[in-house]
Amino acid sequence: MKIIVSIKQVPDTTEVKINPETGTLIRDGVPSIINPFDENAIEAALQLVEQHGGEVIVISMGPPQAEQALREALAMGADRAILISDRCFAGADTLATSYVLSQAVRRIGDFDLIFCGKQAFDGDTGQVGPGLAEHLGIPQITYAIGIEELTDKHIQIKRLLSDGFESVRAPLPCLITAVKQLNEPRMPGLKARMKAKKSEVEAWNCDCLGASQDRCGLDGSPTSVWKVFSPTRHVEGEMIEGETTAQKINTLIDKLREAKVL
Amino acid sequence: MQFAFTEEQQELFSYVQEFCDEKLKPFAAETDKAHEYPWDKVKQVAEMDLFGIPVPEEYGGAGLGFLEWAVIGELMSAACTTTGAVYGAHMLAEYPILFFGTHEQKEKYLTRLATGESIGGFGLTEPMAGSDAGSVRTTAIKDGDDYVLNGTKIFITNGGDAEIYVVIANAQPERGMRGITAFILEKGMPGFEFGKNEEKMAYKSLSNRELIFNDCRVPAENVLHKPGRGFQVAMETLRVGRIGMAIGAVGLAQAAFDAAIEYAQVREQFGEKIANFQLIQMHLANMATEIEAGRLLTYRAAWLKDQGLAFEKEAAMAKLKTSEVAAMVTSTAVQVHGGYGYCSEYPVERYMREAKLFEIVEGTSEIQRLVIANQLLKDAPRPQ
Ligand SMILES: Cc1cc2nc3c(=O)[nH]c(=O)nc-3n(C[C@H](O)[C@H](O)[C@H](O)COP(=O)(O)OP(=O)(O)OC[C@H]3O[C@@H](n4cnc5c(N)ncnc54)[C@H](O)[C@@H]3O)c2cc1C
Repeated sequence: MKIIVSIKQVPDTTEVKINPETGTLIRDGVPSIINPFDENAIEAALQLVEQHGGEVIVISMGPPQAEQALREALAMGADRAILISDRCFAGADTLATSYVLSQAVRRIGDFDLIFCGKQAFDGDTGQVGPGLAEHLGIPQITYAIGIEELTDKHIQIKRLLSDGFESVRAPLPCLITAVKQLNEPRMPGLKARMKAKKSEVEAWNCDCLGASQDRCGLDGSPTSVWKVFSPTRHVEGEMIEGETTAQKINTLIDKLREAKVL
Repeated sequence: MQFAFTEEQQELFSYVQEFCDEKLKPFAAETDKAHEYPWDKVKQVAEMDLFGIPVPEEYGGAGLGFLEWAVIGELMSAACTTTGAVYGAHMLAEYPILFFGTHEQKEKYLTRLATGESIGGFGLTEPMAGSDAGSVRTTAIKDGDDYVLNGTKIFITNGGDAEIYVVIANAQPERGMRGITAFILEKGMPGFEFGKNEEKMAYKSLSNRELIFNDCRVPAENVLHKPGRGFQVAMETLRVGRIGMAIGAVGLAQAAFDAAIEYAQVREQFGEKIANFQLIQMHLANMATEIEAGRLLTYRAAWLKDQGLAFEKEAAMAKLKTSEVAAMVTSTAVQVHGGYGYCSEYPVERYMREAKLFEIVEGTSEIQRLVIANQLLKDAPRPQ
């Protein structure tokens, strides 16, 4: 089984602050992490390889710092890591990003599965995984919450929908996107982290992918961000204070009764 | 003089912090109450590779220094003092094998301890030999290629749950302290039994059992260092162990301080946050200052050890200071919480119970003062 996992490095949103004047994220000094859903994707791939044998290859398109996220994936247990980085990739939208990733997958060659997170924490589009499957012309199963069956011919996935679950089967090769509840990503130990620090992260640029420049980065992006803003809050939230949880719950119930919700 | 951690150390500590926040801290209160050895925590600490920090990589460790080990111990103890105590007692089996073991002993025992595959324990204290460790009465009489052990150890942390023990016994009682010898024992050896588990003020899930030796045969190859050098093995182990105790006390005191400063900013009396009262501010300032002093003493003792310099006096000073700081800070943290601090809904009452242990084990505060004074008088210039 050869499994490719496509990951993104994102700012740790639990530590992100918003500049109140511009409404944009202040990224300076904010630690970067692997997009949390991508950790589920890595975990799923590692578990499948543990059961069926094979290798896990992790790829990421991003600036040179994204190497750190790839090393984290190596520490978790991935066999190979490839950083896809080039100045001409900057400013890519989801179309250009998924195109570049598809070129990288083609260069890797034969594979059985691709795992992605359901969406990135910062952009929240959820389009890169599906876009990648389209560029490669392979089936995709999004929002995977369970892996029900895997043979060398097909995979059957339980999907998380807004109103229930759905079981879908697709022939290999196939692309899967992971939701948080798919699994509990492992926390790598110290020794694995130290080893990953010394492991090789391969670096591929636009040339070695044979990608056409006009389909990469800003040039290859039909969409552009017009404005980023925080939605104005119309109703002020209210914090319920109290010494104990029970007290707080009682206050909440009283308030809901007052508002005639209960 | 350099007081900053390197980038690599910071990265290491941030992993450990994340681990402690997610896997240890949320369960500390229940770990204190449960009367069940915290195997799940032990397993997670092993998965993080934290049991082998100062052990070379060839024996399954991380090959790092005692300073790194100390800071990791501090984070662990702040998150869950019981897990910190399991860790500290385990290390008491690990150091003597690391310092004195032969290559074969290291391959056979150290590797298992460093990876956390097996838990360790250290058996020195006996019913009649506490502070006066040289008076141990457990005998180990040579018989052919074996030693035959008879006697009882008491209070042994991880006792019964650990698989590998370093035990101090006397192989030639007629030679007094010069007969004392250290042995590596494994759970399951014939004649090696466990007695009652102590009921304690805190650390309910920690095991502290008697080790009972009834004609227990131990092969001579399990002698650690040389016959007759067991007292040296024990003292060297405790010297480093004191840094471990000291840092555990720092972590605990820090946790109590963090709880107090948070509470002071939330609780209101007389129409104000209590943090606005100068008497509360005095408590906060005193606590933080004492913790910082204790922490620096401890880091320095660990640093001296890493440099291969003498650290005995400094380790004893660190252990003495920090255990008294932990007692003061945890008690003051309860004071800042008022009546709520006395109730188990808040963590500070547990911290206060946990803190007392640090003034007793691995040499009481009285014994630390003796160690420090001995060293001072040895080093002092002789008046003409
Ligand atoms: C929870 C717990 C875990 C423990 N874990 C271990 C373990 O894993 N392995 C192990 O070997 N032991 C362990 N111990 C034992 C511990 O190290 C001893 O309790 C400690 O060394 C004190 O010995 P003691 O209890 O016999 O007190 P004693 O030595 O009887 O001391 C009683 C009092 O007399 C004072 N005193 C004694 N001698 C002097 C002196 N010369 N001058 C002034 N004052 C003196 C002491 O300071 C103390 O105040 C543990 C104990 C506890 C409670």
